[in-house]
Amino acid sequence: MATAYERVQAARSGKRPSGGYYIDRMVDGFVELHGDRRYGDDPAIIGGIGWMNGQAVTVIAMERGDSIEDRMRRHFGCPSPEGYRKALRLMKLSEKFGRPIICLIGSSGAYCGIQAEQRGQGEAIAENLFEMMGLRVPIISVVIGEGGSGGALALGVCDTAIMLENSVYSVISPEGCASILWKDASKAPEAAEALHLTSYDLHKFGVVEHVIKEQNRTEKEIGAELKQLILDELAQKSAMSVDALLAARYQKFRSIGA
Amino acid sequence: MSLKDTISSILPHSTPAAPAQEPRTCKQCGTTTAYEELRKNHMICPSCGAYYRMHAWERIADILDEGSFTELDKAMQSSDPISFPNYPQKLAQAKQASGLQEAVVCGIGKIEGVRCAVFVMDSAFMMGSMGTIVGEKITRLFEKATAQKLPVVGFLTSGGARMQEGILSLMQMAKVSGAVRKHSDNGGLYLPVLTDPTTGGITASFAMQGDIILAEPHALIGFAGQRVIEQTTGEKLPQGFQRAEFLLEHGFVDLIEERPRLRFMLANLLKLHQKPETPKMTKPFRSLMPERRR
Repeated sequence: MATAYERVQAARSGKRPSGGYYIDRMVDGFVELHGDRRYGDDPAIIGGIGWMNGQAVTVIAMERGDSIEDRMRRHFGCPSPEGYRKALRLMKLSEKFGRPIICLIGSSGAYCGIQAEQRGQGEAIAENLFEMMGLRVPIISVVIGEGGSGGALALGVCDTAIMLENSVYSVISPEGCASILWKDASKAPEAAEALHLTSYDLHKFGVVEHVIKEQNRTEKEIGAELKQLILDELAQKSAMSVDALLAARYQKFRSIGA
Repeated sequence: MSLKDTISSILPHSTPAAPAQEPRTCKQCGTTTAYEELRKNHMICPSCGAYYRMHAWERIADILDEGSFTELDKAMQSSDPISFPNYPQKLAQAKQASGLQEAVVCGIGKIEGVRCAVFVMDSAFMMGSMGTIVGEKITRLFEKATAQKLPVVGFLTSGGARMQEGILSLMQMAKVSGAVRKHSDNGGLYLPVLTDPTTGGITASFAMQGDIILAEPHALIGFAGQRVIEQTTGEKLPQGFQRAEFLLEHGFVDLIEERPRLRFMLANLLKLHQKPETPKMTKPFRSLMPERRR
């Protein structure tokens, strides 16, 4: 069995597919929509609408980029406030037209910088948490890579949470944790164990409902299973009344640490 | 009950690091001031005007009507939900150092006669970090406030989510946000007061979800840590970066209020949001407000 830190490294690997890959695999006729209508358009987040087995859906995905130039431009998938605000704008558009929302999470977290703070990184995330709790359409969140703290949670308030086997989801990076606790970032592997950040840990805690196996499977197979699981979940959630859906969403988070 | 009695009733005298009645020395100017004098001055250094970080019970005594506060969920304390190394010892130390069971005190009280639900975070308890108990206590307070149609006044200070409780801490951000949302949907007023420091996951959740967001002067308020930003970007941080005044300038807080006037400002805001049938403020607001310090 892989150690926690091996999974962290797998989740971060440059070879691991990012958000755009799964959009291509799962969504037909995807139309990317741009901009937060406030300040800018953040390429760390790809948002848009398309078809999933004949059903219209909204997809919001962190994208780390492929070439080095592309990765720099996309801040390695770390969203700025504009990214979270674009995501929220598209979610509200989705709510208006009764489309379900699929969020794909995979980057080290919210972008860390002077401009991000000036434009309210904390406020942007807080607003998403607040608004997503009340969105009247189903939300499915999938951690496909690294789920980095509050920056991940800003796309993670949902009705069903799914993790790919080798993805991780943590309150702090193992390096950050190790340097705070032991003043030594090289103790990240120990911190990764202590944080219990693997898909299996989170499933055990009841924070995520499903884990999709990756071992001995191709990316194509993983993508196909993910698509089927999302469709099943959407069918289930769409059958619920809006009130029941929102009550269950509240309860899903309300019960953690209660 | 006076503050002295309140504090001595909750703090065992054997805890040396608890805010005892000993003189304190200002970190900014080095002036030592008698505790009673500091208390009368709202824990502001009389020499240089620097703000001492307030203990939760000092804040309650400073803001709420005397004898009006009833604490809720006071016995709740953290277990060690993910068996994190040395966490039980850290918790024990934090309890000793702060005289509190957890990093937040919640209850119902009155400000200038207006009944409200109040939570006060305390940086003396593991930097006010939010684990499952902090999240649970604040969630319960919002739920109670929603059921009883009470406004919520919160005094925030926190280094962020508590890493010793792993992902369960992170999820408290969503949990509290859900409760804030319900309170808001029910027409409830929420007034967060951001005090030094308010950072990380707290800023990225219920610090920024207030109807009107207040801050204390010069309080550090931000999402990412300053050292992390410097190390990540290699850029020099501008003067006053992530201070309350910086947030006001960029549009992320409604107002900055000085401590001697804070109680009156909160009372005024609470009364401005009361339903019309409840009694109006009798005296003109101005006459209630102490003069500005500078």
